[in-house]
Amino acid sequence: MKRMRVAAVTLACALVLISVAGSFIPRFNYSRQDREHVNCGPSCRHWLGTDDLGRDRFARLLHGSRISILLAPAAAAVSMLLAFGIGAIPGFAGGFAERAAKTAIDLVLSIPWLFLLLMVRATLPLNTSPAASVTITFLVLGLLGWAAPARILLARARCMRQAEFIILARSTGVAPLWLLCKHVMPNLRPVLLAQFWISVPIFILSEANLSILGLGVAEPLPSLGSLLRELETVLSLRADIWRFAPPVMLVLIVSSLQIAVSEREVPQ
Amino acid sequence: MEGGLVSATLVRYAPGFGADERQLDARLSSDSIQAIQNANAEERNIVRFYFASICKTFRGDLGMSRSLNRPIRQLLQERTAVTAVVAGRGLVVAWSAAALVVFTTWFFRTPALGIPITLFSGTLLCLPAGVLALLAIILNQPGYVVIALIVYPKVHRYLSNLVEAARGMPHIVTARTKGTSESRVFFWHVIPVIKGEVLALAGVSIGLGISAAIPVEALCGIPGIGQLAWQSALGRDLPLLNSVSMLVIACVVLANSGADLLGDEQRQPA
Amino acid sequence: MNRRSFSLLICLVLVVFLNTAVCLDELRFYLRSEPKTFNPLAVADDSSETIRYLTGGVLLRLNRDTQKLEPELATSWTVSKDGKQITFILRPAIYFSDGTPFTAQDVKYTMDQLMNPELHSPTADSFRSGNGKVEGTVLAPGKIAIHFPAPVAGLDRLFDQVAIVSSQSPRKEMAALGPYYVFDYKPGSYVYLRKNPNYWKRDASGRQLPYINAIKLEIQPNRDIELMRFSRGEIHLINAMDADYFDRLSTSSPAMVHDVGASLDSEQMWFNQVSTAPIPAYKLQWFTSRNFRRAISAAINRDDLCKVVYNGHARPAVGPVSPANKFWFNFHLQPVRFDPQAALQLLRQDGFQLTAGKLHDRDGHAVEFSIVTNAGNRARERMATMIQQDLRAIGIAVNVVSLDFPSLIQRITQDFNYEAVLLGLVNVELDPNEQLNVWLSSSETHQWNPRQKTPATPWEAEIDRLMRAQASAMDDNTRKKSFDRVQEIVADQVPFIYLVNKNALTGISPSVENAKPVVLRPQTYWNIENLKLAVERASNGK
Repeated sequence: MKRMRVAAVTLACALVLISVAGSFIPRFNYSRQDREHVNCGPSCRHWLGTDDLGRDRFARLLHGSRISILLAPAAAAVSMLLAFGIGAIPGFAGGFAERAAKTAIDLVLSIPWLFLLLMVRATLPLNTSPAASVTITFLVLGLLGWAAPARILLARARCMRQAEFIILARSTGVAPLWLLCKHVMPNLRPVLLAQFWISVPIFILSEANLSILGLGVAEPLPSLGSLLRELETVLSLRADIWRFAPPVMLVLIVSSLQIAVSEREVPQ
Repeated sequence: MEGGLVSATLVRYAPGFGADERQLDARLSSDSIQAIQNANAEERNIVRFYFASICKTFRGDLGMSRSLNRPIRQLLQERTAVTAVVAGRGLVVAWSAAALVVFTTWFFRTPALGIPITLFSGTLLCLPAGVLALLAIILNQPGYVVIALIVYPKVHRYLSNLVEAARGMPHIVTARTKGTSESRVFFWHVIPVIKGEVLALAGVSIGLGISAAIPVEALCGIPGIGQLAWQSALGRDLPLLNSVSMLVIACVVLANSGADLLGDEQRQPA
Repeated sequence: MNRRSFSLLICLVLVVFLNTAVCLDELRFYLRSEPKTFNPLAVADDSSETIRYLTGGVLLRLNRDTQKLEPELATSWTVSKDGKQITFILRPAIYFSDGTPFTAQDVKYTMDQLMNPELHSPTADSFRSGNGKVEGTVLAPGKIAIHFPAPVAGLDRLFDQVAIVSSQSPRKEMAALGPYYVFDYKPGSYVYLRKNPNYWKRDASGRQLPYINAIKLEIQPNRDIELMRFSRGEIHLINAMDADYFDRLSTSSPAMVHDVGASLDSEQMWFNQVSTAPIPAYKLQWFTSRNFRRAISAAINRDDLCKVVYNGHARPAVGPVSPANKFWFNFHLQPVRFDPQAALQLLRQDGFQLTAGKLHDRDGHAVEFSIVTNAGNRARERMATMIQQDLRAIGIAVNVVSLDFPSLIQRITQDFNYEAVLLGLVNVELDPNEQLNVWLSSSETHQWNPRQKTPATPWEAEIDRLMRAQASAMDDNTRKKSFDRVQEIVADQVPFIYLVNKNALTGISPSVENAKPVVLRPQTYWNIENLKLAVERASNGK
């Protein structure tokens, strides 16, 4: 088991390092268009071939991964913080706080946030740099993506409120804040981590979908999400294996980190 | 109701409200274009519009869709059943698959099984809904399969974490040490403990299913509520979007409230 | 197996066969959106237009192949010398699909309904040449004259868009004079058309047209699904195909796809020249400079756009008219040559300087602007990215912003909160009068600077004069002289930077006979009454 975890962590770190370090190598230019060699297969010059504008796929994968891998977990962390604050704490407190939290969560889950995102786009200047645009996008995703995990955390915290060890601790005079930090949070950690790892690829994909609103990365900057969206045409689903490098990269990173964390969480 | 008002306000003040692609038609005269721009004048005061639509709703009149030129009530009647069936089937398949996988891994806890399962879930999470929908169409699979593929990894991840957390509980460890069979431990000791959270997850998954239905119906051309929501959002059709939002909000609230009620019943002292 | 089971089996087979036989004589293709109306007078979207074309009977029909006007419900027509009146002699003994007779009264009724100001129909607005009422006068049972308050250029051709509705039928606009009528409609799913039992046209052997009994129009906005179903033979036609899909199919099934040549459509970009636009004043100064616009135009490699984005199925655009429009295209105009050095030369004339790879204006502002286009149109997004690279070579930084269509429309028609736009122009008509509102400076659709109280520049004033002159002239050659001059001014002043004219790419199943794709819409089924399905030929024993 320990060997498995080490292998998973090593793989994940290696992939992250390759994408972050590789994107700084000048050879890998993500925006240069080689218009004579469009949609070409792999070659010495273009290791994963070129896209529909003649840009090097491998370079775009490195740069895109760097952006998504750095920003998506940050957005997921913001979401988890909010989910804990709005879901777990009221769920543990009970009463009016719990009811208010439930109402807020249901409201946020069902409102079409598409229009809020449109308003965000409208307030941004058209000449916002691609880097600023993608950072703001992930921040907004983080601020909006807490509702579903908050619901689960609220239910779990509510169950824990009735747990014997909590009742025992309360009856012996343990302060609520201490209870929360020392007893509730460790028991909520598996759920938080599960949601965190689910949120990372969801945010990466959501950032790409937001390009339809003018948010997300702007050309020529790539992101993993925008590279994944390129697969959404029947022409892309050909037997050209190199086209599937972006989803393979993302699956390897997310899965290896999930394995590493879940191996650690299993009680021995 | 607050949800409906918030939704309507967002639509009203989002960019593109009142914009109509006919404004770019060079054949139209200035008068016609002005008339098109003024067509939704009654929706500009959002508070008045919203409360007027609430009053009409109580009389059974949901108004007319501007983008589709048809009564909204008729549109919802035609399409609600379609989405209910598609999303319902998708959720049943997703939950069944997730439960089966979790049950199997309870019994066969090896990396040879765990790693492929994690990779499979991870792959589904990492593929855009558009790609899943395309694959389903290429393979001649119905739309609910796509919804199942979207919902499954999330449900599976939560379920497996809940079950793994329960595995370490003192009474579970005691039962297994005393030689109780794995199936008995699972059904008689693990499930009762996690039932409340599973019900909460079920409530949330209904919201997930409805959210997944929107891109799936739009991509696969299924004439359901999801497709309607997408068309009305793109067309800034405030009356239609208001009605669809209220319907979705009602479904989500009912699902979550139902889950809470069932969870509360389970927690009642014997 | 006993006798009873065998009989049941035979019945089952027969039922299946009959159903299949009915389904086999059914033309199938997709509508890309829900039709907004079945009223042929209120049509303003593509899907409704498709249904109007298939079900509507018109007095005159523009032959999409020869581009010449032909008699249809009217056997002959005359236009008065002053262009204010058109008189039709109607074909006798014609009936609507429900059996109601077609009379001159129906034509009068149609025009009255069409010109109702509440309707806001694009077709009606094409007829509105001046203030005053449009009057129809029934001169005899089969003869009607329609009077207009002012001359209407290309008057007779406009009746190709006017589907006659019945004044007496209880089914109103659903009673059809065209080859088909709407039999069934399942919202969100399909529209089913059936052959008009009272259709008046017959072929040379006297057989009633159309040959195909039914048309099923499924509603499917997804082009990937359309392509897949077409390649599987589940649908018969694709009216407009993307270049990538075209090339994909042409390698696997070359007989199914057709490149008919340059279409009437163009892709172009323009700069915001609205004086009250919420953009920095120095940028407005750039955009209103002729040299700046000409420089940008010269710095864009149109050949690369055609090659990369359209796989060679496009040609560099020259002006507002495509070379497919044989009469109105100005053949003296030449495409803009890709010449970054010439672009820099033009910019230097306006005081721009290239320093360390960045272009600055005379006040030191770095030249940077955004191009907005509609999200989801992959071809436009690619063109914008290519233009971004082309302009980077002359030191200009371009931000490409894809917006959803309503947000884009709001910016370019109401807020004017944009700097440059990349969009396309869809030309339905050949006549340049269709574009009148684009060129008149007072118009809402004078895209770069609409609703001018007086023309902002002398060249816009000149264009106003020329367009009004051609709109009131009756002789096509006189009109062409005026419009040629408009095209020359546009090529000189570059309010629109025309990029490409796309080719008309269509898909037609080999089982469809007599199909002859053309550039004018509808490209594949313009001669719907003459189309046959191969299975229908087999069932007739030919």
